[in-house]
Amino acid sequence: MTTAADAHPIEASRSAWLQPHRIVLIGIALALVACAVLFLRWEWLPAYYDLALLGIWRTIWILVVTSVLGFLLAVPLGLAQAAGPFWLAWPAKAFCTVVRGTPLLLQLWLLYYGLGSLFPQFPWIRQSELWPILRQAWPYAVVALTLSYAAYEGEVMRGAFAGVPRGQLEASRAFGMSPWKRFRRIWLPQAIHRALPTLAGETVLQLKATPLVATITVIDIYAVASRVRQDTFIVYEPLLLLALIYLVITGIIVFAFRKLEARIPSRLG
Amino acid sequence: MLRDLMEIYTTIVRAVPELVLILLLYYAGTDLINRGLESLGYAAIDINGLVAGIAVLGIVQGAYATEVIRGAILAIPQGQIEAARAYGMPPGKMLRRITLPAMLPFAIPSLANLWLIATKDTALLAVVGFNELTQETRQAGATTKAYFTFFVAAGVLYLLLTLFSNVIIGRIERWARRGMPPVAEAGR
Repeated sequence: MTTAADAHPIEASRSAWLQPHRIVLIGIALALVACAVLFLRWEWLPAYYDLALLGIWRTIWILVVTSVLGFLLAVPLGLAQAAGPFWLAWPAKAFCTVVRGTPLLLQLWLLYYGLGSLFPQFPWIRQSELWPILRQAWPYAVVALTLSYAAYEGEVMRGAFAGVPRGQLEASRAFGMSPWKRFRRIWLPQAIHRALPTLAGETVLQLKATPLVATITVIDIYAVASRVRQDTFIVYEPLLLLALIYLVITGIIVFAFRKLEARIPSRLG
Repeated sequence: MLRDLMEIYTTIVRAVPELVLILLLYYAGTDLINRGLESLGYAAIDINGLVAGIAVLGIVQGAYATEVIRGAILAIPQGQIEAARAYGMPPGKMLRRITLPAMLPFAIPSLANLWLIATKDTALLAVVGFNELTQETRQAGATTKAYFTFFVAAGVLYLLLTLFSNVIIGRIERWARRGMPPVAEAGR
């Protein structure tokens, strides 16, 4: 066995992967899927097809927007904590601790119900042009998710900024780079490179935070599944489909970050 | 075989949002248990929300903790395990004396993180109508129309819980790391 494995490493790894019990497992999985397709009730699917697509689109949209905005916020947050003076580092640290120390659901409800109930008391907000936007639910969802992502990612970026080798920064200073150029060319790229694996994990967590927005009446894919349950009293099928959709989106995120990581030539020493 | 099943369990649980899992296990799980009981000839039981909630969070946290502990065991220097084997320790003793104590310093920061996540995940049980802090806060806010005050107060409570946990965790970590070199500054 060992000699064969030595002689044909690729073949050995393939045969090791396709062991008999795995084939059985795959068979059981396929049988389960077939049972799910044949015996469960899927006749509600055509009626909710458009709504489901809209929900998936909205979930992805919220995920992308809040991740990008959150990351843009996280860079200064991390930088302030890693290298800033104390009057910048303290507020950044306090922000991260508070957001990371309270449940996202609570923050979301605080913003939506709390702020949302405070705003109408001020006439100048009611009469401003922003009011039609503030009356909807999605700005609160985006703000809450962005702040949460920024806080978690700020911690990650702090570690990443602190982890860039000192010699690299000293070398760039010796080249006479201006502070801004040094940050843009040396410090930030290396920090992002270090943070990328964690960033992928945080983004998956962010995806899993998106269904919370359904509790403040934003119609994402989770809300669609809930509505199917309320309308038709079918419990299992929408939830199973929902889990599958989230699995697929998670797979896409992980795959995309793998590609991104592979693009950067790495020799971390 | 067992390893593959465990891998499937941790992958699926970690890829599906907690909220969906809570719904799935809370509604579907209680329904399945009741149907099973009925088919066996017993009367359906009304499953306590507390028990169901604890079970659901336990299943979710179990998946994350499995991965953490797997990583921690892999992080033990191979030489220590080999040395234990060379001393002729039986596997049970090796687990108790070498693997578990040597794993703890690697596992505790992540397990602490999980603990903090769990304290905040309890808020998700509000969605299935379980009366915990967040749900009560919302009801209080709805009755008094003072949403903002109540949510800020609940936030402070959660924050206090987190900060208190941090102190305790710091102590445990110092205890688990006894005799080891201090952590490098970059890790903090």
